Amino acid sequence: MISQLIFLYCALVIISTALLAVRFHNPVYSVLSVLVLFFHIAGLYLLLNAEFLAAIQIIVYAGGILILYLFVLFLVNLRQEIKSQRFVAHHRLSTVISIILGLSLLAIIPYFKLGAKGNYPVARIEQLTHTKAIGMEIYSTFILPFELAGLILLIAVIGGLVLARNDKTDPADDVSDSAAPTISEVQE
Amino acid sequence: MQILILLLQIAMLLAIVLLHVAYLTYFERKIIGHMQVRMGPMRVGWHGLLQPIADGIKSFFKEDIIPQQADKPLFLAAPIICLVTMLAALAVLPFAEGWVLADINIGLLFIFAMSSLASYGIILAGWASNSKYTFLGGMRSMAQVISYEIPMGLSLVGVMMLSGSLNLSEIVAAQGTSIFSIYLFPQIIGFFVFFIAMLAETNRVPFDLPEAETELVSGYITEYSGMRYALFFMAEYIGMMVIASIGTICFLGGWNGPFAIPFFPPFWFILKVYGFLFVFIWIRATLPRYRYDQLMALGWKLLIPLALLNIFLTGLLKVLVR
Repeated sequence: MISQLIFLYCALVIISTALLAVRFHNPVYSVLSVLVLFFHIAGLYLLLNAEFLAAIQIIVYAGGILILYLFVLFLVNLRQEIKSQRFVAHHRLSTVISIILGLSLLAIIPYFKLGAKGNYPVARIEQLTHTKAIGMEIYSTFILPFELAGLILLIAVIGGLVLARNDKTDPADDVSDSAAPTISEVQE
Repeated sequence: MQILILLLQIAMLLAIVLLHVAYLTYFERKIIGHMQVRMGPMRVGWHGLLQPIADGIKSFFKEDIIPQQADKPLFLAAPIICLVTMLAALAVLPFAEGWVLADINIGLLFIFAMSSLASYGIILAGWASNSKYTFLGGMRSMAQVISYEIPMGLSLVGVMMLSGSLNLSEIVAAQGTSIFSIYLFPQIIGFFVFFIAMLAETNRVPFDLPEAETELVSGYITEYSGMRYALFFMAEYIGMMVIASIGTICFLGGWNGPFAIPFFPPFWFILKVYGFLFVFIWIRATLPRYRYDQLMALGWKLLIPLALLNIFLTGLLKVLVR
């Protein structure tokens, strides 16, 4: 009963903050409502006994990625609220498309079926601790997807390095130490 | 009934920690004073012992100024975010065997999460005040926190590998009671990285660029006054204590000491935390401030590779020993 109430609360907050994130005119407020959204997703993870995921959700998404978003917002300095009401050109068309998408999502709901039970009932996770359980699964059953994800991230890192590398160094520009990193290096 | 006891424990912890914060400012001024051949505060009470209380009363009754052009809701929320996240981090710290409010399995990750959230308070304070100094301070803090959270987390991975747990009590228990089994010795590289990253995470000298007085007036707290200013101060000092406790737990063997103290088991823990705090203050009295690009180069080009090397060596050691 109480866990259902918590779920209901988290779900409601997630939906409303997601809507707010889209509707706010001030981008900093949008980012902050996404922050609240991440908190409640972490709450959902906790409800599912996935404490490791909850902590990582906060550390990586709230502590890393969202702060980078804020960084970019501050660098382009959008202090004034953006006055234009529409960001996209074909507003009518996109409304129609999103309504169709929403309806088809609703139509899918009756076909939702619970999957087969896995090897990890709640009691086992509690005894093993969630961190260990997830680590063992990732490094045994799901090693291939894990390595693939690592490879994709490596490509992203190399891409960032290539983009950030400054080939034509103008000696007049070079006022700082040779050790000084560029801003894009910092952002990585 | 249990909830009542828990609430009582929380209230006690808060009272003790806030009292420590008050007197930490006193000790800081006193220690720095003596290191610079001055007396430090002397006027209020015997050797200035009542100075923190006088300061507290003063900041409580000062006018609370909100700049007209500030973003009011965020301006008001920023110090609260800072303080609340830091106080929340206290909940998982084990002060002695069983002396912990929330003995959760992801204690170490919880601390990381809270310390990264505390930077939101600083960033929002910098942005919401709508002033150049605070904005620069907030930006600096943002880049610094992102950069130094990585070596900080990586430096503790070695500890996690050795103890096989993220639970802070279990990390202490895994180090045993002997002084030679604490993780300071096998994790000496990790400790080195942790120590530098710890100074940067708490915005202390020599990495206090977010509030560099000589360049930015007071950095992100320039526009704050009265109690809100004091809230930021409290958050910073509680942050120092939390991170000193993490250092004690992960590298110095937590509450274990040469011999057990009857009636007061956290004695050695507190002594080690005081040691850390003294070093914090000592460094502030000794070192000048880093330049910003030096700070970034140190974090990215020295500390992160060192922390990765430490993880590799720890893994190798574990495989070889087993």
